[in-house]
Amino acid sequence: MEETKGYIFGINGPVVKVKGSDKFGMQEMVYVGDDRLIGEVIGVKEEITIVQVYEETTGLKVGEPVVGYGRPLSVTLAPGILSDIFDGIERPLKDIKKLSGVFIERGLKVSSLDEERKWEVTVTAKIGDEVSGGTIIATVPETGLITHKIMIPPPVSGKIVWTAPSGSYNINECIARVENGGKVTDITLKQEWPIKTPRPFSKRQPITKPLVTGQRIVDAMFPLAKGGAAAIPGGFGTGKTMTQHQLAKWCDADIIVYIGCGERGNEMTQVLNEFSELIDPKSNRPLLDRTVLIANTSNMPVAAREASIYTGVTLAEYYRDMGYHVALMADSTSRWAEALREISGRLEEMPAEEGFPAYLASRLSQFYERAGYVTNLNGTEGSVSIIGAVSPQGGDFSEPVTQNTKRFIRCFLALDKSLAYARHYPAIAWLDSYSEYIPDLEEWFAENAAPDFIEKRNRIMAILQEESSLMEIVKLIGADVLPDSQKATLEVAKVIRLGFLQQNAFHPDDTYVPLEKQNKMMDIILQYDKRMADIVSRGIVVSKVAGTGIADEIVRVKYTIGNDDMTPFAKLSRRIDDVFDEIIENS
Amino acid sequence: MSIEYMGLKNIEGPLAVIDGVGGASYEEMVTVTLDSGEKRIGRIIEILGDMAVIQVFEGTSGLSLTNTTTKFMGYPMRLPLSKEMLGRTLDGIGRPIDGLGDYFADEVRDVNGQPINPVSREYPQNFIQTGISSIDCLTTLIRGQKLPIFSGDGMPHDQLAIQIARQAKVVDSDGDSDKFAIVFAAMGVKHDVANFFKKSFEESGVLNKVVMFLNLSNDPVVERIITPRCALTAAEYLAFKHNMHVLVILTDMTSYAEALREISSSKGEIPSRKGFPGYLYSDLASLYERAGIVEGADGSVTQVPILTMPNDDITHPVPDLTGYITEGQIVLGRSLHLTGVYPPVSILPSLSRLMKDGIGEGFTREDHPALSNQLFAAYSKVEDAKSLASVIGEDELSELDKKYIRFGKEFEKRFLSQGLFENRSIEDTLNLGWELLGMLPKSELDRVSDDILDKYYKSAE
Repeated sequence: MEETKGYIFGINGPVVKVKGSDKFGMQEMVYVGDDRLIGEVIGVKEEITIVQVYEETTGLKVGEPVVGYGRPLSVTLAPGILSDIFDGIERPLKDIKKLSGVFIERGLKVSSLDEERKWEVTVTAKIGDEVSGGTIIATVPETGLITHKIMIPPPVSGKIVWTAPSGSYNINECIARVENGGKVTDITLKQEWPIKTPRPFSKRQPITKPLVTGQRIVDAMFPLAKGGAAAIPGGFGTGKTMTQHQLAKWCDADIIVYIGCGERGNEMTQVLNEFSELIDPKSNRPLLDRTVLIANTSNMPVAAREASIYTGVTLAEYYRDMGYHVALMADSTSRWAEALREISGRLEEMPAEEGFPAYLASRLSQFYERAGYVTNLNGTEGSVSIIGAVSPQGGDFSEPVTQNTKRFIRCFLALDKSLAYARHYPAIAWLDSYSEYIPDLEEWFAENAAPDFIEKRNRIMAILQEESSLMEIVKLIGADVLPDSQKATLEVAKVIRLGFLQQNAFHPDDTYVPLEKQNKMMDIILQYDKRMADIVSRGIVVSKVAGTGIADEIVRVKYTIGNDDMTPFAKLSRRIDDVFDEIIENS
Repeated sequence: MSIEYMGLKNIEGPLAVIDGVGGASYEEMVTVTLDSGEKRIGRIIEILGDMAVIQVFEGTSGLSLTNTTTKFMGYPMRLPLSKEMLGRTLDGIGRPIDGLGDYFADEVRDVNGQPINPVSREYPQNFIQTGISSIDCLTTLIRGQKLPIFSGDGMPHDQLAIQIARQAKVVDSDGDSDKFAIVFAAMGVKHDVANFFKKSFEESGVLNKVVMFLNLSNDPVVERIITPRCALTAAEYLAFKHNMHVLVILTDMTSYAEALREISSSKGEIPSRKGFPGYLYSDLASLYERAGIVEGADGSVTQVPILTMPNDDITHPVPDLTGYITEGQIVLGRSLHLTGVYPPVSILPSLSRLMKDGIGEGFTREDHPALSNQLFAAYSKVEDAKSLASVIGEDELSELDKKYIRFGKEFEKRFLSQGLFENRSIEDTLNLGWELLGMLPKSELDRVSDDILDKYYKSAE
């Protein structure tokens, strides 16, 4: 590749102005200065090329060289990605630690993936096969959980003219050759892909399957979808990160890409520790086996924060291409938007709202549109689901990042400060949240959970809605003056809030609840609701129920009934009937 | 060899522009010498071709376009470090001002520091007993945590910080007080506040364990940007090289952010919210993230930054962005303060993110997580009952709500309130919590499992 050379002319934070060549292309990756810091061209003018640098620019001098090779900023895709932790431009943090110790130094030369390690490759393609981009030609057991499929990198296509025998290879060794019109391409385990270009697929599929998370308020009330996009906005301390962690731990995706974008260092350490210790109940393997972490903490260079989101989504798409369902958690997209704002400010671009650049919306949409349920080029089906945390300034959802994000997602899990203050977790505000995926998923829930699953969900939602309007009155005059029918609604709503919506992430059973139990819990609550309505219609005062402690028993179901055995629900159901029958008899 | 340049091109606020320079590097230090012989130091914050923008630390007053010579030092802002710093008082950029002369430097480090590799961090789990019930039980401080105090003008945040510093030192895990140090950085605070801290350190006999960096309110604004960086560089040095447990008190972060805003606006940058620069989050993070525990060192850096919320507004950019970076916050409440509660910790918005892994069995006591959860939940009901009472009057409340009101009053009087020198053990604090919960009926305690309830709950009736 031809080399383009310029020199540094101006420096302002991560933005470097380069003179001396007009050959740099937009989004080309360049090496800046004598330390060869990694940067990307973000603007080309007549005389000056503008570069954002992914490392600290302290100490750079005017006149130092800037070199480009005509390649866009890319990630390396090959076995070895899973269970590892990378920075925003796919540099492995564990290798960086070996080189520079506790602190991250600048200008380190590390390759993204281990180039020495030998992988057990089973070559499945045969000489004479017609292949094109995406065709699977070999498999590699990457972790105990995931088989990595080696694909022909788009846009290569042609006929296989040579294959290596199955055996041990490192990621740079050739395992097959493809010939097309006399041109022979070597295929290795590795391919490179520019992070800002979505990987191609054959066709988008409609969304029909939920991403089951085991979190009641999510699955039953505001379901996520495989291939869908969701946002979790919330002020500080409302539990965004906690919710993201819960989803990453328990959702039924095959692969998790977790991006810590401009967040705390300790949180990434925690994810790393916890995920290596936590065992996935389905496979008995550590959760880290299916997880890749991208860590660009808040004190790491801001430009790399901008890149980390794209790096993450490119890795996600790569595993999607193999036919896996990938869930991508980005915590937090606001920090990414702020990185855009910071760079934009240094470029002296005209700001739109609150100093954010006018292209904020288009960048957000480009990111969220990389989610989807697709048929891959090789005919397999896979999905990328994106769940982005949003950190609105001052907890105010009217700020630009939240508002623009809302336009590109269809599931909105709003976290609420007052719920968090009362330690009601997950602090998802049921009246502000929504999921537009419900109609798409109704059929799936009817087949796989219960025929009336969505119906019950709607009934519960209606009770909560009614409670909220009643609470307006209660706030003014107290609950005592309400008629009994309304008191009953408040009682039922309380059981829903405490027993169903509230979920204890630290309890071994309650941290993950299968759909079957969620369904039974809804049944029990609605039975309680029905019996309440029953006694009200008979003119019996609601306070009679309070003395029986039955509400408390329903609330404690999350702890008293395990996740495996649903038989105790029948007993509880009889007990509810007995309690109410007795009340009716006695009055 | 470094070349000296005569004159300046332009002066604006704390910034001076010089042109015709070659080979300047970004964030390099410079010295500006006036004709009178006075020397000032500065830092390059922007370069364009042969032009450089210099931030002059001691301010630009007296500078003209012709009366200066500027020398480029060839290295970024550095701080000489040594264990001898303990007990010393330095100015905002690390020069001794206690009249004891320079100390012998063991090492010199760039004050900007470098990001800690998340892989090298050790997840903080060791509980620090501060002896303050509201903190120990409800927003537990963990060694290596960054836990700011959100306060307002006129509230006793300084006293609280001192009490934490005084009482937290006692329970060093191995009983070795040699391993404890305090780094104190004052940014834009008044003389009397700095004196209060100094006097308090003296009275509690820890002054020889304290490094003080003082940038007082009438000191140059530009230095204020460097002050916390110097303090944290010193803290990292003591913690990770000398294996000390360092408590860093930074006060007042709001003044720091305002200094940043002042400089940003004189650079002509595009402001975001309330005139603060768009990079305020990244800038604050570059300070707060310099806390923690790393592999291969026994020491730790624990940060207790103090910030005053302008107009008590928690959504103001400074507390807001701080809350997004730090691992929780201790919020002081004006109304509690006015009713005479010390420390006036407003518990509902307060939070410690790291406590969940540092409390409970094996750390404090098995009932701690459930108890703190229950106290939060109960106190939030107290608030509901209070607001209802303010509409319909206390007499009209239901029996249960009245119980909550009584619980709330006792909770504030006995649990939150304590003396400036009162040092409660975690056992006492937890027992007191259960005693107060005894005022509520058992059925109300929905956050506690049955076996814990059976063991600890005793009804007061």
